[in-house]
Amino acid sequence: MTGSDFREGMRVGVPIVLSAAPFGALFGAVAVQNGQTIFEATLMSATVFAGASQLVGLELFGHRVQPWLIILSIFAVNFRHILYSAAMTRFILHFNGMQKFLTFFLLTDPQFAETVKRGESGRAVTFAWYMGLGTIIYVPWLVVTLIGALLGNLITDPKVIGLDVLLPVYFLGLVFGFRKRDNFLPVALTAAIGSILAYRYIGSPWHVSVGALAGVIVAALMPVKASAPATVEEA
Amino acid sequence: MDGFLHLDMLILILAAAVATFATRIGGYFLITRMKTIPPRLDAALNAVPAAVLTTLVAPNFYAGGPELKIAMAVALVVGLRFNVLTMLAAGWVVVMALRHGGGW
Repeated sequence: MTGSDFREGMRVGVPIVLSAAPFGALFGAVAVQNGQTIFEATLMSATVFAGASQLVGLELFGHRVQPWLIILSIFAVNFRHILYSAAMTRFILHFNGMQKFLTFFLLTDPQFAETVKRGESGRAVTFAWYMGLGTIIYVPWLVVTLIGALLGNLITDPKVIGLDVLLPVYFLGLVFGFRKRDNFLPVALTAAIGSILAYRYIGSPWHVSVGALAGVIVAALMPVKASAPATVEEA
Repeated sequence: MDGFLHLDMLILILAAAVATFATRIGGYFLITRMKTIPPRLDAALNAVPAAVLTTLVAPNFYAGGPELKIAMAVALVVGLRFNVLTMLAAGWVVVMALRHGGGW
């Protein structure tokens, strides 16, 4: 049964791999453009394994932002995983310690979505199934990162092939992923204005912390809704 | 960049990995000893990702050339209906057309 569960997990993962692959390649290509070596880019995909935050890290590294702020921003972008692990704990309580460690290491947006879907449909979330899904997402992620980095290494001027437009548009897409959240417009507009002003009048690394802080303060000051349960969405 | 692995980059990557893993396992520890989160703190935490990500978009738009501004504007409109991959394709096509076709 274990082998068939593993294979079933892998089957579930195939469409996920196909849709995630361009982002892995994008990360690899942008990574070498922003000063990482091919090995460093692949190591980052292997250890962080969270595409959006990896690209955020690169962007900030390219702006020579202070290291602590890079780590804090990566933590902020990955913050949603806290909600994921809280929400799926009930399905994996029967795993042992080492299995839980691997389970949470491999926790991504699609991994969470599929696990909850399976758990709520009444089928057992077995470790073999989870690892089948996790493996088919993890291994190709490293491979496409490596391919992207190898290709990116050949590019002398990223502007000629339009590579420089991809990162800002990608982040714009991520921002749009949050547009159903409470206070989205005031938060995004405040962060946008705050970051541009800081960029203009203070200087490059500070636009991130100043703009983000302004947006978060606005959210904290907005009228509190009666019931606002923490929601989990794809990002 | 030359070389294989730099110590400062290795430390940065490993710190990023630890920070990310903390978020992945954090909810497991929280769920067992959860106390209620104050509503305003909850709203602030909820706003963190959108606020941080917006600061990576807006200054690029502000500092970019006219072809980048147009491409990002087009991608924004596309994003109202379509997913991120479509936005990337649209933004890329516009920037390439303006640079190589329009001579910007």
